[in-house]
Amino acid sequence: MRRVSRLALAGAATTSLALALTACGGTSTSASSEADGNQGLAIAYDVGGKGDQSFNDAAYAGLEQAEKEFGYETTDVEPTEGETDADKTQRLVSLAKQGYNPVVGVGYAYATAVKEAAEKYPDTTFGIVDDSTIEAENVADLVFSEEQASYLAGVAAAKSTKTNTVGFVGGVDIPLIHKFEAGFKQGVADTNPKVKVLSQYLTQTAEEGGFSSPDKGKTAAESQIEKKADVVYQAAGLSGQGVIEAAAANKVWAIGVDSDQYKQEALAKYKNHILTSATKDVAKAVYNLAKSVEDGKPETGIVRGDLKAGQVGLADSNPEFKNNTELQEAITTAKEKIISGEIKVKTS
Amino acid sequence: MKKFDRERVLLAVAGPVIALVVAMTLTSIVLVASGKNPVEPYTLMFEQATFSDVQVLIINQASMYYIAALAVAIGFRMNLFNIGVDGQYQLAAMMAAIVGAHVALPAALQIPLLILTAVFTGMFWSGIAGVLKVTRGVSEVVATIMLNAIATSVIGYLWLPNVFGVKVGNNNTTGEMHESGWMPGIDMGAAGEIYGFVVIAVLLGIGYWIVLNRTRFGFDLRSSGASETAAAASGVDPKRMVLTAMLLSGGLAGMAGLPILLGDTHTYSLNFPTGIGFLGIGIALLGRNNPTGIAFAALLWAWLDKASPELDFHDYDKEIAVIMQGLIVLSVVVSYEAVREWGLRRQQRRVGAELAAGHVLGAPSDNSIEKEVAGR
Repeated sequence: MRRVSRLALAGAATTSLALALTACGGTSTSASSEADGNQGLAIAYDVGGKGDQSFNDAAYAGLEQAEKEFGYETTDVEPTEGETDADKTQRLVSLAKQGYNPVVGVGYAYATAVKEAAEKYPDTTFGIVDDSTIEAENVADLVFSEEQASYLAGVAAAKSTKTNTVGFVGGVDIPLIHKFEAGFKQGVADTNPKVKVLSQYLTQTAEEGGFSSPDKGKTAAESQIEKKADVVYQAAGLSGQGVIEAAAANKVWAIGVDSDQYKQEALAKYKNHILTSATKDVAKAVYNLAKSVEDGKPETGIVRGDLKAGQVGLADSNPEFKNNTELQEAITTAKEKIISGEIKVKTS
Repeated sequence: MKKFDRERVLLAVAGPVIALVVAMTLTSIVLVASGKNPVEPYTLMFEQATFSDVQVLIINQASMYYIAALAVAIGFRMNLFNIGVDGQYQLAAMMAAIVGAHVALPAALQIPLLILTAVFTGMFWSGIAGVLKVTRGVSEVVATIMLNAIATSVIGYLWLPNVFGVKVGNNNTTGEMHESGWMPGIDMGAAGEIYGFVVIAVLLGIGYWIVLNRTRFGFDLRSSGASETAAAASGVDPKRMVLTAMLLSGGLAGMAGLPILLGDTHTYSLNFPTGIGFLGIGIALLGRNNPTGIAFAALLWAWLDKASPELDFHDYDKEIAVIMQGLIVLSVVVSYEAVREWGLRRQQRRVGAELAAGHVLGAPSDNSIEKEVAGR
């Protein structure tokens, strides 16, 4: 008897607990919100979050600009580790519920979440950075032609190397970063086929810290420099700081990514070794979306930032880079060819 | 003649309760130290738990934590530390997703097929560590950690477009599973859907209890865990036990990712939740390897996870919940040890008192003698 009763107890406790919990309460979205009507742009970050000196920070720069210009309330929210799509959806829905508009998910990981949240809040404009798979009236897909900027970085690297060896350090082995590598390799090969490209990815998954571990970036760059690489291009988020540090320590060139890293305070110590940066103007894209909503004509569909639109490109804040006429000529020619379509840059 | 023992229940409950109180107090101190209200975050988080959509999220998440923690617990019972649950469930979920995308059977066959795929993948992966341990004496801790890293690389390989990968935008997926493999959930209306796999998680918990406490195998397993030499002396083959425990643990681990795979995502992509295996270690510890305890611990963990994002909107950092989770694990270890010692001292005192009173040690007191005789 006792055996059965204890067994039943264990089972009943677990099931009844599960059922009892769901039996009560309305949904959090139907609860009253404290909207005061002055909410504007909201962004939700991807893994890495604020302070990565590149991708996420660029989105934040766009947010700041919008806040200043339109004088409304903005907010930015960070993700938790190991979260599911349901958590991301909850976050976006929560922002939309509070009256924020537009709501931007930074990073392709938000794709499913944006799709679901957009269905629940058809009057709110949603944006998603780095994803073009979501098609909805109220969703703007903010994507970039990273491979084009990377191609130019490849041209710059091939023109600057003396050892005929350059390096590429990618943060995480994912399709998005493959675009950077593919463009870079093609740019190098088209400029000088004799130049060898060493290529390395820091980790297989973002959770292992490929985008957030400067130490990993440093080790990878050091081993490439040891193999005679004298220009190192990184697409590795926060880990890229380690790459730049290693390049500066060994007095070789580093090429930055996403933001103009020559100008960044955190990297000021190493800036003389930052040749240029392959920029991706996430800030502008985010701002433009906010502006379009403010103007009453929200962007929708795929909004591509490419060389033509000036949303990707090479930064020229380093005078040594800017005043190198031979280099600049090569880059200008390549740029024109890409814009005219004469050069098709591969994405993988 | 084991009747309901108040002493035992008290000792079992005291550990986690003390740990929770200590963790909450310490978290409040952290809040006060950073100049914030030490109580409001809790009220906000409790309020979240009353919303039905958050409850659905909590239960769904808890089901994954629960299975992962059971997998860890079964190893713990045998003094095996399976840190590889993380790699095992990820690889298993991926294999299930691949099979689900390429095989189309009717649902009645498809779902069991997917579950079996996951179970066998998990078993295979943990079995490697098990075989290494029994044949070469390799520590299962080292082997499973290494296998985690290898699993990530294997997953990376399987994601290649010319293997099983399907690129969707900038995301790697394994392609969408055939609909017959989607597990129907319990529809809660506007609150969302509870994964169908939650039911299986509960059944697994019951099964875990029966196997460990009501079968000869469970007895062998527990006794090997308590003392390997004693178990060996009474005829239990320790090597066989190590291997079976490892395989069981891996098989359970393989199912940890299935609730979300079969119930929601229907594909294994870069967004698939990671780290559940490691959380499972803390949850198994908090739940004292007991299926009911683990259920409470998993729900507690899931509640902290799902209720904390709201804090961001009220000028608190949601990392408060992470601090609290860390403090719980830390204080659980300390409080369990303290409670155990306290229990021992109490027992010693009682024995001392009974001896001093002139009773014969172990003799039942008062009028229960007759019952004892009848019991024989």
